[in-house]
Amino acid sequence: MSSLLSSVLAQAWVAPTIDWHAIAPELVLVVGINLVLFIDLWLDDSKKWAMATLTGFVMVGAFIPVVTLAVIGDDVRDAIFDGRYVVDEYALVLKGLFLLVGYVVVLMSQTELEEGGYYQGEFYVLMLVSVLGMVMMASSRDLLSVFVALELLSIPAYMMAAWRKRDPRSNEAGVKYYLLGVFASGVLLYGMSFLYGTTGSTKLTEIGAALTGDLSPMQVLAVVFVIAGFGFKISAVPFHTWAPDTYEGAPTPVTAFLSVASKAAGFVALLTVLYLGLHGAGEVHGPLIWVLAALTMTIGNVIALRQTNIVRMLAYSSVSQGGFILMPLAFISDGAAESALRAVVIYLLIYAFSNLGAFAVIISVARRTGSGEITSFGGLMSYAPALGVLMTIFMASLAGIPPLGIWIAKLQSFRALIDAGTDAAYVLAVIAAVNTVIAAGYYMRVLRQVWMAPAPDGDTSPIVTPQPVALALGITAGGTLLLGILPGLVLRFADLPDLTGAFGL
Amino acid sequence: MNTITNDTWILSVGTFLPLVGVLLMLFIPGSEERTHKQIGIVTSAATLAVGILTLLRFDFDQSDKLQFFVDSEWISVISSNYTIGLDGISLPLYFLSMAVTFLVMIYTWDNMPDAGNPKPFIMLMLILQVGMAGSFIAQDLILFFVFFEVVLLPMYFMIGVWGGEQRQYASLKFFLYTMFGSALMLVAFLALFFQTGAASFSFAHLAEAGALVDRDVQIWIFAGMFIGFAVKVPMFPFHTWLPDAHTQAPTQGSVILAAILLKLGTYGFVRIAIPMLPQGAKAWAPVIGILAVIGIIYGALGCLAQTDMKRLIAFSSVAHMGFVMLGISTLTEFGINAALFGMVAHGLITGMLFFVAGSVKHRYHTLEIKRLSGLLIQMPRLGWILGFSAMASLGLPGLAGFWGEFPAILSAYNPNFGLSVGLYRTLMVIAALGTVLAAAYLLWLYQRTAFGRPNPEFTATPHPVGAGVDGEHHDVHIHDVTPIEWVAWTPFLVAIVLFGVYPQLMFDVMDPAVTALVEQVGAGIP
Repeated sequence: MSSLLSSVLAQAWVAPTIDWHAIAPELVLVVGINLVLFIDLWLDDSKKWAMATLTGFVMVGAFIPVVTLAVIGDDVRDAIFDGRYVVDEYALVLKGLFLLVGYVVVLMSQTELEEGGYYQGEFYVLMLVSVLGMVMMASSRDLLSVFVALELLSIPAYMMAAWRKRDPRSNEAGVKYYLLGVFASGVLLYGMSFLYGTTGSTKLTEIGAALTGDLSPMQVLAVVFVIAGFGFKISAVPFHTWAPDTYEGAPTPVTAFLSVASKAAGFVALLTVLYLGLHGAGEVHGPLIWVLAALTMTIGNVIALRQTNIVRMLAYSSVSQGGFILMPLAFISDGAAESALRAVVIYLLIYAFSNLGAFAVIISVARRTGSGEITSFGGLMSYAPALGVLMTIFMASLAGIPPLGIWIAKLQSFRALIDAGTDAAYVLAVIAAVNTVIAAGYYMRVLRQVWMAPAPDGDTSPIVTPQPVALALGITAGGTLLLGILPGLVLRFADLPDLTGAFGL
Repeated sequence: MNTITNDTWILSVGTFLPLVGVLLMLFIPGSEERTHKQIGIVTSAATLAVGILTLLRFDFDQSDKLQFFVDSEWISVISSNYTIGLDGISLPLYFLSMAVTFLVMIYTWDNMPDAGNPKPFIMLMLILQVGMAGSFIAQDLILFFVFFEVVLLPMYFMIGVWGGEQRQYASLKFFLYTMFGSALMLVAFLALFFQTGAASFSFAHLAEAGALVDRDVQIWIFAGMFIGFAVKVPMFPFHTWLPDAHTQAPTQGSVILAAILLKLGTYGFVRIAIPMLPQGAKAWAPVIGILAVIGIIYGALGCLAQTDMKRLIAFSSVAHMGFVMLGISTLTEFGINAALFGMVAHGLITGMLFFVAGSVKHRYHTLEIKRLSGLLIQMPRLGWILGFSAMASLGLPGLAGFWGEFPAILSAYNPNFGLSVGLYRTLMVIAALGTVLAAAYLLWLYQRTAFGRPNPEFTATPHPVGAGVDGEHHDVHIHDVTPIEWVAWTPFLVAIVLFGVYPQLMFDVMDPAVTALVEQVGAGIP
C-alpha cells in the first residue's frame, strides 16, 4: 500500500493542458450559476425581477464563446480529457441551440413567475444548471460524461416541473417525472454497465471499435437497455407516459423547456451514443428504433387528436414529433448515416423555434383567459389578430406546411429514409406521410378555433402581451419564417464537414 | 431543354409582387375596409400589369423553350435551386391566375362575403396568388412543392372563415385530402430524386434522368405522384372534397378554386409526372383514362341529382376535369393540347358560372333550384349570362368549352405509344355520351331557373323597412347585374367568345411546347 502510494507520488505530476477557450461556455455558466445564487441571497423580494435579467445575461455571455469558437476554428478541439470531451462544430451548433432555448424560456418565465408569486432566484439557478448539463451533453463522448450530463440536466428539471407547489397537479407532474426519470436512468446505467463490462471501456469510440461483428447476448441486452433509457428522455412510445401529465401540470414555461430543450438533449445523447458507440450494432437498434419511431408518431398523434387541453395536445404532438425526429435514426447502418444525422440536427433546431413559439402564444393568451382549453382560443383572430397570426404560423409550421420552418426538417427526415432506400424505409416513409395528415388534423383544430370560432363568453377585450414574452415571440416567429424560406442558413451548419467528420463518417 | 435568359426579373417580380400589398396591409388597421380593398385591387392590377408585360416580352416563336429563365442557388445542401422559367405550357395558366385574381379583387369591392373583415380576406387572396403563380413558374421540384403548399392554408381559411354553413367541415376536408396527397407526392419526389442519382431537383435534369429509371420503380413513383395530383384535380375517386369545398366556399374562393387551383393537379401531370416518368405514365395511362371517363359520367349523373345550383356546378367540374384527364391520358400531342386548352376554358367558364351563382345567392339568399325560376324575367341580363355560360360549359361550338372537350374526345380515337386502341375507343364513346349528359344537366338547370315565372316569394314587396346599412339593397331587392359585376365579368365573357372563335390563339402558344414534351416522352419509352 505504502509502496503504491510512494510510486504514485514519485511520478512528477504534470498539469493537464486545458484549453480554456474550448470550455469557456461551461465556465461562464458555472460562474453565472454562483453569481445568481449569491445575489439572490441578498436581494430584496421586490427586486427579484432582476434575477431574470441576470440569467438572460449569463445565457448570452455563454453564447459569446460559442460564437468565437465557431468563428475561429474548424479544427476539432478534442485535446481536453483524452477525447472524452470534444468541442467540434456539432457540439457548438447544439450548445448554441441550448443557450438560445434557455434564453427564450427565461423571457417566457419572467412574468409568469413574478405574477404567480413563485420563488424566482432558485428557479433561475436550477434552469442554469439544467442548461449547463445540456451544454455539457453536446460535448460528451464518454459513457460517464454522458450520464453525468444527463443527470445534471434532469434533476433540476424534476424540481422545476413541481414549481407551482400549491398546485397538486404540478406536484404530480414533478413526482411522476422524477420517478420515471430515475427509473429510466437506472435502466440506462444498467445498460451502460453491460457495455463497459463487455468492451472494457467507457470511451464511446473505443466501445464502437470493440462492438463489431457478432454481438454477445449481453451486448444485445446492453444496446436495448441504453435505447430504452434514452427512450424515456425523448418520450418515445411506450416510454412516454410521464410526458402528458408532466407537461400539463408543470408551469407552462417549464413545459416549453422540457418539450424542447430537455428532449433535444436526450436526442443529442442518443445521437452521440448511437453514432460513436453503437454503430456496429445496427442489426439490434435499427429495427428497435424503427418500431419505436412508428409507434411514437402514430400513437402520439392519435391521442393528440382527442385532447381538449392545448398543453396536453402539444405534449402528445411533441411525442409524435419525436417520432419524426427518431425515424431516420433507424437507418444509420443502411447507408443513410450522414443524411440521418443532418436530419435530426436540423429537426431539433427548427422544432425548437416553432414549439417554443406556440408555448409563448399560449402563455400570452392564458394570462387573460386563465384556461388551457383549446376552446379558449376561440375568436383570437378577431380581438388579437397579431397573436392569431403568430399562432397560425407556429401551428402551420408544426404541421409541416411550407414555407414555414418545420417543412424543411420533415423533408430532411423523409430524405434520409428514401436515401436508405430499403423496403423498411419506404414503409416507414408512408407511415410518416399518413401521420403528417393526422397531425394536420389537430393543429388545424386549434387554427379553426383561432380563425373561425367566436370568442368564449363574448369577451373580446384586447390581450396585453408582456414585453419579454413579446420578444420571445419575435425571436421564435422570426426563426420559424426565416429558416423556412431560407433553410440554407441552418442547413449549412449541419453540412459542415466537421459535423459528420466528428463521428468519423 | 433549351432556355432563354432574357428579362430575368420579370417572373420573380410578377410572382412576389402581391406580397408587397400584404406587407402594406399589415400596418393598416382592419377597420379601414375601403383602403384594404383599394390596396387589393391596386396590387393585383400591378401584378396583372407585370403579367401583360410578360406576355409582350414572351417570344411566341420559341414557346417550346423556357423563357425568362433564372437558376440561382437556394438550398444548396439538398441540391434544390431557385429555378424558374415559362414556356408555352405554363404561360396561359400563369397569366390566367393573375387575371382571375385581379377580377376577383374587383368583384370583392361590392361583394364581400357575409363574414366581413376584408383585411385578412384580401391578404389571403394575395398570398394565394403568390402560391398559384409560383407553381406555374417553378422548374425545380422542391420549389414547386413549396409553392404548391403555399396555396393550402389561405384557401383553408377562405373556405373556413368566409364560407357557408358547413364551412368548417368542408375546409377541413379540403385541407386533409390535399395534405394527404402532397405528403405522398413528396415521398415520390424524393424517391425520384434518389433514383436519378441525387444530383438535382431541376425539371430539366429529372426529365432526362427519370426516363432511365427502371420501369417497375417508375410505376411506383408515378403512383405516389398520381395520388398527389389526382386529389388536386380532382379525379374520381378522390373527388369527394370538391363538392363540399366548392359549395361552402365564398364566391371568390369558388372562382379561384375552379379557375386555378384545380389546374395545379392537371398541370402537375403534364409538367412533372408524365415527362419525368414516361414508362410509369404509359403503364398508368389506361387507369387514368378509365378513371377520367368514370369521372365524366359520375360527375354528370351527380349533377342531375343536385338540388343546389352551386353544388351542381361543382359536380360539373368533376366531369369537365374528366375530359381534361382523358386528353392527357392519351399521351398524344393532340390530347395534351386539348387538355391544356380545356384547363383554361374550364377555368373561364366554370369561374363565370360560380360568379353567377354567387350573385344569385347574394340576391335571393338561396341557391335551391326548386325555389328559383324566371331569372330571365326578373334579371334578364344575369339570366342571359347564365345561359351563355351554361352553353359554353356544355361545349357549344364557337365558345371556348368546345375546344377543350371535342379534341380531347377525338384524341382518344388514336392513343399514342401503343396504348390499347380498343380500350380508348370505348372510352371515347362513353365520354361522348358524357357530353350529352352535360347538355342535359345544364339545359335542365337553365330551364328550371331561368325560364317560367318568377317565384312569388321573391316578387312580393320587399321588407317594409330595410334595416341598417343594407337598407338600400333591400329596397331594390332583386336587381340586375351591377356595374362592378360587369367590370369583373366582361373579360371572362369576352375571353370565352374569343377563344371559342379563334382557338389558334392559344393552341399556337402551347403546341410547340407540347410537341417537344411528347417527343421527350416518346424518347423515354422503348
